[in-house]
Amino acid sequence: MITSFLAVIGRNVLAALAMLGRISLFGMRSFSHMFRPPFYPRELASALLQIGWLSLPVVGLTAVFTGGALALQIYSGGARFNAEAVVPQIVAIGIVRELGPVLVGLMIAARVTSSIAAEIATMKVTEQIDALVTLSTNPMKYLVVPRVLAALLTVPLLVSIGDIIGIAGGYTVAVESLGFNAATYLHNTINFLETRDIVSSLVKGAAFGVIAAVMGCYYGMHSGRGAQGVGGATKGSVQAAAILILAANFVLTGVFFSL
Amino acid sequence: MIELNNVHKAFGNNKVLQGVNLTIASGTSMVIIGGSGTGKSVALKCILGLIQPDSGMITLDGQDVTKGDRDAFLARFGMLFQGGALFDSLPVWQNVAFRLLRGSLARPRDEAREIAIEKLRRVGLKPEQADKFPAELSGGMQKRVGLARAICAEPEIIFFDEPTTGLDPIMAGVINDLIREIVVEMGATAMTITHDMTSVRAIADNVAMLHDGVIQWTGPVADMDASDDPYLEQFIHGRAEGPIESVR
Repeated sequence: MITSFLAVIGRNVLAALAMLGRISLFGMRSFSHMFRPPFYPRELASALLQIGWLSLPVVGLTAVFTGGALALQIYSGGARFNAEAVVPQIVAIGIVRELGPVLVGLMIAARVTSSIAAEIATMKVTEQIDALVTLSTNPMKYLVVPRVLAALLTVPLLVSIGDIIGIAGGYTVAVESLGFNAATYLHNTINFLETRDIVSSLVKGAAFGVIAAVMGCYYGMHSGRGAQGVGGATKGSVQAAAILILAANFVLTGVFFSL
Repeated sequence: MIELNNVHKAFGNNKVLQGVNLTIASGTSMVIIGGSGTGKSVALKCILGLIQPDSGMITLDGQDVTKGDRDAFLARFGMLFQGGALFDSLPVWQNVAFRLLRGSLARPRDEAREIAIEKLRRVGLKPEQADKFPAELSGGMQKRVGLARAICAEPEIIFFDEPTTGLDPIMAGVINDLIREIVVEMGATAMTITHDMTSVRAIADNVAMLHDGVIQWTGPVADMDASDDPYLEQFIHGRAEGPIESVR
């Protein structure tokens, strides 16, 4: 009984490790193709628009509400030990180091990973990927590289915009509802943040962007047949991207702040 | 000339190709027939390198297709996919001119567009269709766009995968006639897979029947009806009784 239970766990762990290995190889292949022609600038421009520009509303709304809620939470929590005044500093550190990159990463996983996986999986089941090959076009270069590169370039930008909007959300709540002085709030925020905080935020953004795009492309390119295959690829890609983003966040936080 | 020598391919326990031997002479039109799931598409995809055979050799003009410059190899081919396989995100003309807009055959956009419109006209579509997206076209029109894309770069070899599936008899006839005309006009080598016997008679110079993973019969289309091969006879007459099991 115990042996078979352990065997099931072992099989699943091995399968998960094998999958992680395949995804890593896929990601490395996509990076290796970034530096070798042919390049597809139109597809890159389209991916920049889809992943970067069109994600701005969802990122902005997520950040503004999170910043505002964080200010309220810190104010009411800090009041228990007379530390209400730390709202600007904790909002800044919370948004820039953690919530900004993680929430943007998760929103990108929800919006972009799912869209990439569904689009590429549909292309696979309708033989469009085979058609690309017969038209002398490498699907890795044409479909994967532009999306991964666009995510690598735009998600750090989205994170930095999300950080600013999140802090602005906290600022608005603190100044308008909690009675903070506007100039003091901004002064405390700016003085408290260190270069390392901002760099960690941008590096996390880049890493989460790559994870989101690679997961979408990998699951799309390896989808099963029919509508069920497309649905499975979409679901699997978002789950895997979200988990990997949270795991990568833990690792990167350790790298930046526990040394 | 395309030659398949003892080609095997299995997916898990399902042995799809079990030693396929077939020769397609240059400038001729070969049609491969056989029931659904007998491996016709797999054989075709093996030639194009979309699927790797487990064993055996496939040669094009004596050269192993797995060796040499892959882009140069693929540049010799055009393919019409069963469902069209048009790129949803691109307008019709860009689908047709896909090869002329990028890669080694790239041309200026205006020139590529002109060629695409000319090819659309060749398959009976008006220039007004050029700026539409594939989803705005009927099934028959999508098939014609797929055909225009297959011939756009004037390939030496054209593959047609189930060209009339899903079309009404009149549109199927139009597509069959177009394929025959284009193949003759271009002097191309054609390989078609179908189970539509009307297509076979309209398109083929030679016919090969694939069953149980091997070529059961091959010969000129004119000899097909006179053949006493029980598999071929059952298939072309659409009989439920015979050596081919109707429940597979």
